[in-house]
Amino acid sequence: MTVTTEGSPATNGAPAGRAATELAERRRRPLQRVQHLLHAHPAVSPAIILVITCVVFTMLNPRFSEPGTVSLMVQQTAVVAALAVGQTLIILTAGIDLSVGAAAILAMMVMASYGSEHGLPGGAALLLGLVVAIVAGALNGALVTRLKLPPFIVTLGTLSVFTAITLIYTGGQSIQQIAMPDLLSWTGDTHAIGDFRVTNGVLLCVLLYLVVGFALSQTAWGRHVYAVGDDPEAARLAGIRTTRVLFSVYVVAGVVYGIAAWILIGRAGAASPNAIGDANLESITAVVIGGTSLFGGRGGVVGTLLGALIVQAFALGLSLAGVDDQYRLLAVGILVVAAVSVDQWIRKVRA
Amino acid sequence: MSESSEHDDTAVLSARGLVKTFGRVIGLDGVDLDLQRGEVLAVIGDNGAGKSTLIKTLTGALVPDAGEIRMDGHPVSFKRPQDAREAGIETVYQTLAVAPALDIASNLYLAREERRPGPLGSVLRMLDKKGMRERAQKSVSDLGISTVQNMAVAVESLSGGQRQAVAVARAAAFGGKVVVLDEPTAALGVKESAQVLRLVESLRERGLGVILISHNMPHVWQVADRIHVQRLGRCAGVISPESHSMTDGVAIMTGALSLDA
Ligand SMILES: Nc1ncnc2c1ncn2[C@@H]1O[C@H](COP(=O)(O)OP(=O)(O)O)[C@@H](O)[C@H]1O
Ligand SMILES: [Mg+2]
Repeated sequence: MTVTTEGSPATNGAPAGRAATELAERRRRPLQRVQHLLHAHPAVSPAIILVITCVVFTMLNPRFSEPGTVSLMVQQTAVVAALAVGQTLIILTAGIDLSVGAAAILAMMVMASYGSEHGLPGGAALLLGLVVAIVAGALNGALVTRLKLPPFIVTLGTLSVFTAITLIYTGGQSIQQIAMPDLLSWTGDTHAIGDFRVTNGVLLCVLLYLVVGFALSQTAWGRHVYAVGDDPEAARLAGIRTTRVLFSVYVVAGVVYGIAAWILIGRAGAASPNAIGDANLESITAVVIGGTSLFGGRGGVVGTLLGALIVQAFALGLSLAGVDDQYRLLAVGILVVAAVSVDQWIRKVRA
Repeated sequence: MSESSEHDDTAVLSARGLVKTFGRVIGLDGVDLDLQRGEVLAVIGDNGAGKSTLIKTLTGALVPDAGEIRMDGHPVSFKRPQDAREAGIETVYQTLAVAPALDIASNLYLAREERRPGPLGSVLRMLDKKGMRERAQKSVSDLGISTVQNMAVAVESLSGGQRQAVAVARAAAFGGKVVVLDEPTAALGVKESAQVLRLVESLRERGLGVILISHNMPHVWQVADRIHVQRLGRCAGVISPESHSMTDGVAIMTGALSLDA
């Protein structure tokens, strides 16, 4: 069967079609072109912001771009950046996870206590902690998919539940790194790459981004995550098992939190039930500044990594510039509001 | 029409006594339907008559409260759209069911993605994006749908008519036994509507059963073999373009004419 083209100027073969698109492209005003660019590549705006941030802070204090400072910045970013991978997945489905930090700390305390007091070998303690994190993720997932509760409410509840279990279980006591098997603190070991110093935790975090980034962009599962986040009913009608996809996202997020817990032990040099208290808000901040839409279906982990780095760059840059820490909060707050406004504006492309 | 007769086992799709309620609202009140191979069965009816509900219960989008569905004489029960799809039923829902942020090729292959050959596909589960794009391009042009050109364009940047064309192309390209179209020409211009009608005829020539819901009476009278008239959640009768005029059809639809009388 041939393509019927009679009577319509827009369909006189492919070249004419392309010419028409180009014409439409040229008719767009510059601002609209920016809007379309950001719409197609949501990671562009955080990339630009990160570059500007680094340039400005280097001008204020050249020490900002010294290898030592950059290494520190990257190491400080690793834990929140790792947690934010799981947060990104959940926000892509139009959900939110307030229990990230609490789940990771619970997993960390289980790893640390079984590795030290209960004398399990490092591998077994690590695995046990991972299982706890997966169960925590699966619990959130089950409440969201089976009971159809809003993710915000579910994770607000489990935030308290996980925190309480951790405190009851540990009695509020920290566990020092010396008491733990080497494997658990392996994530804190450093390597020199040129003048830079990188921990195993940073490398693990990079690996996490590569794996999840690949799954999101190159596999059917990734497509389905975006489709479910975009329009769950349409995805269901198109034949996607939406509940299954949604549940899998929470379970994968659990795995991610378990790995983040391991990175945290290495970073902190101890396992403390009171560590990373603001991790939930910090991970959401990284995701939002990274250009992932809170309405779901748009964004990705590349932006999140940039978002996490931006927040750390502000913290370090402002302290190097001798500015009070309160201004960091102010700056990050303004960035979040700006990022959400940009997202709202970009989404108008649809209409 | 009210009491259910025996199933027609020669039909590719046959339903008896379908009931679907939404709380106190009755969507379907005991509806029978038979679709033969190589037949275009139109479904007409006023807004709210239950047309969409009818095809949703036939395609797994809704689970009927009561009633039985058979395909080729065998009882089937679809719990979800995927079940109906696997049985060979493709559907264009009124809401289109496309993923706006994904491109046209991804939408055509949504929930039936193809992986790369070799370990990249089997071990890493990597999608064959290029291959799907090429095959999507080919099916769209084979189907004679000329309103969509570039398979890499996101569906959200398309016009309403183009989106509809994507949804129709998806159903037509993958339909194994039955293709169901819920108002597929509502957002289309004259030329694009004609393309869809030609497509419906070519599906019939391929031996598929087609259910076509439409408000456009000339279209219905042009392509349909039989016409199921839906009224107030029930089937008010099954007519044909030969047996009844468009005016009669509309009269039955609105209750001005009764077939039982
Ligand atoms: N999901 C739903 N919830 C509640 N009522 C519904 C739902 N879907 C359809 N209905 C009701 O069922 C009846 C039939 O609707 P529908 O099948 O969409 O009609 P049609 O497609 O013929 O216009 C209407 O009264 C409609 O309001
Ligand atoms: Mg309808």
